[in-house]
Amino acid sequence: MEFIYYFGDVFSPLSFLLLLGGTVGGLILGATPGLSPTMAVALLIPFTFQLEAVQGLILLGAAYTSTVAGGAVSAILLKIPGAPANIATTLDGHTMAKQGQGARALQLSFLASAVGGIFGVLLLIFLTPVLAKWALAFGPSHLFWLAILGVTVIGTLDSSSVVKGLLSGCIGLWLATIGFDDIMGAQRFIFHPALGGGINIIAALIGLFAIPQVLTMFAKGRRNVGAEVIEVQRHSILAAVRELFSRTRALSIGTLIGSIIGLIPGVGGQIAGLVAYDQTKKFSSEKDKFGTGHSEGVIAAEAANNAMVGPSLVPLLTLSIPGSPTAAVLLGGLLIHGIFPGSDLFDNHPDVAWTFINSMLIGQVLMCIFGLYVAGLAARVAQVPQSVMAAIVLSLSVFGAYSVQSSMGDVYVMACLGIGMFFLERFGFSAAPLVLGLILGPIAEANFIQGSMIADATDGRGAYFLTGGLNLFLIAVVLASIVYSVWMELRHRRYTTKEEAQA
Amino acid sequence: MKRLIAGAALALMGLTGAAGADEYPERPIMMMVSYGAGGATDFQARIVTMTSGNEDALGMPIAIINKPGAGGRVGWNWFATQADADGYTLAAYNVPHFIAQSIKGGVQYSTDSFEPIANWGADPAVFVVGADSPFNSMEDVVAYAKENPGKLTVSGAGLFVGHHIAALQIDQASGTKMAYIPTKGGGAAAMKAVIAGEVMGGINNLSDAFRAQEAGNVKILGVADLERSAFLPDVPTMKEQGLDVDNSSVNFRGVMVPKGTPPEVIEKLAATVPEMFANTRVSKKMEAGGSPMHIMTRDEVIEMWAQRQQTLNELLAGL
Repeated sequence: MEFIYYFGDVFSPLSFLLLLGGTVGGLILGATPGLSPTMAVALLIPFTFQLEAVQGLILLGAAYTSTVAGGAVSAILLKIPGAPANIATTLDGHTMAKQGQGARALQLSFLASAVGGIFGVLLLIFLTPVLAKWALAFGPSHLFWLAILGVTVIGTLDSSSVVKGLLSGCIGLWLATIGFDDIMGAQRFIFHPALGGGINIIAALIGLFAIPQVLTMFAKGRRNVGAEVIEVQRHSILAAVRELFSRTRALSIGTLIGSIIGLIPGVGGQIAGLVAYDQTKKFSSEKDKFGTGHSEGVIAAEAANNAMVGPSLVPLLTLSIPGSPTAAVLLGGLLIHGIFPGSDLFDNHPDVAWTFINSMLIGQVLMCIFGLYVAGLAARVAQVPQSVMAAIVLSLSVFGAYSVQSSMGDVYVMACLGIGMFFLERFGFSAAPLVLGLILGPIAEANFIQGSMIADATDGRGAYFLTGGLNLFLIAVVLASIVYSVWMELRHRRYTTKEEAQA
Repeated sequence: MKRLIAGAALALMGLTGAAGADEYPERPIMMMVSYGAGGATDFQARIVTMTSGNEDALGMPIAIINKPGAGGRVGWNWFATQADADGYTLAAYNVPHFIAQSIKGGVQYSTDSFEPIANWGADPAVFVVGADSPFNSMEDVVAYAKENPGKLTVSGAGLFVGHHIAALQIDQASGTKMAYIPTKGGGAAAMKAVIAGEVMGGINNLSDAFRAQEAGNVKILGVADLERSAFLPDVPTMKEQGLDVDNSSVNFRGVMVPKGTPPEVIEKLAATVPEMFANTRVSKKMEAGGSPMHIMTRDEVIEMWAQRQQTLNELLAGL
């Protein structure tokens, strides 16, 4: 309960001003395509040089929480996921915006983000010592099985058929092998200097999601100007709150999965949203509605990606190991003030530690209030005529891809992937499984090779990968996931053939 | 019309003439860091360049641009082939990383592609084991490695980085072979593997290991440098423990420009930049972050690069 004692510090005038500024600025940065939470926080570090340690961290913490939530804005309105965390939000969120329900989607996403985020920070406050052990429990073999678990959901994620889903997953896995391999030192498929560092995930996200959409808009031409103006429906905040709490299943699955996955160093943030989306779909009674603008999809994805923020800091604050790229940047922000995360932080600088954590808690609330305020206005983006919209999205895409590492190479990668995806979509493939393959490929591969190297030096690969409680548990979950998918597919086929026969 | 062109040409020549060494720099300077934002190199680069806007330094701010990927190869490839050699594009170097990479091939740079300006930091590699490990000195480690060839698992940040070089040197000095496990995700992932007990030991940066030891998570058994570190006065060097390991694996960080940069610009930078690093505000921030400083002038760096090139050529020849 020590944290309550330090709540006062958050509300001192300068601190609160920074918190407010960090939150609003973070939302704007997060909504800008190409600026991931990691980059937004890194951009703010130099500003903290002049501030006290506590104040600097308040700014960074507020920016971190709100950039993650801000990513939902471009995901919903423009179908450009700001970061891997927001991929799942595009699936239903953007469809809702196209139906004129952008305000509702945004309100739900901010509310779900706040609920998930607050739960995540509370976990950080109360369970940090327990959670630290859990974060360490995942070695290479466990991360490998976890990535395989992710691969098993590829087929069922947002695709018309399992086979097409798996095929696009395979394309993603292949794309992931491009570049220098850090562990074996091999060069793979580098036929252009732009590919030396592999495919940048942010550039790929922008290309795969936004570009096909832009091309479709251009392809329609001027023919139906005016015919397609979307009527943006107003949506009251109260109704959104009510809807959120009637979707408790999506909310709680999203929050729990986000918190658990957020803890695992190196994996967390990228796949939390997608896994939560998939699990919510499996447990939902309205499975068929997912992907057609169903609010459960938005709630689960956004609750998960904000719930992951708190737990993802556990390894950093307790063991001084940054578990995610953003945590690594925050580590820099701490070190510059001479504060070492770990026991030193909580023993000798409790004011810094707890004020920082409290500011993340208050930041979630501020983020939610501000987000709800602008949701109605932002949703009007859908009224912009398609020809104008296509130009805006295209320029934002180029800007976003370039800004990741100030490199034209990333813009070429984005354009090529985008054009390729435009044609793939014509054949019923979709971008989400492809991206999941791209994210999971390196995790599965690096951990398998690392695990094999350790296993070869110690007790053999079989024993290393196939024994031990956590390994067996994860293998069981992998098998269950496969069996479930196969069963659903077979059942689905039987139904459709019956229906077709009747018709 | 011809007159107009001639006039414009004259005006242009006048402009370029004016932008000689006296005026340099007349606009903000960019410095490329070939690792991601928030990493140790990026973090230190931001600190050591924060006073460059002062009158007594360059008088113009330095902006950091990150071009991460493939262990630094992406950024250095870009710097060697595409960066403008006009003095407005600097880069941070990491030795032995870029030299080892150029020896192993597959990149478009070598020490001849760059001109060093000054060195700001030196982060030695150290040997760490978990806090509850039975090993208490390098002697214990070597004894175990001798009894169980190839079974001692040791983590490090990647291939052909300082950590890997240190592991190869320990192997060579002790006549053993450890199982070196490179991690994806840099020194932090390698440290996590040690703390979680996934590997029996690890080679890591002194600054990160110092923090982890303070937190009670690891023991530091040896420093791969010529002298003990001021941060760790109680930890002996490898040499003191009978292992012939020099400072080849020490991670030197500094500033360089592309080959072809005008000599007067290099001169000006070489004179000003070490002074800028010596600023007390810089050293205070660096010390607070646990980052050891080691300022070297351009001539000292040229000599250091040449030495590294030679040692690494020999060390990596057998691989």
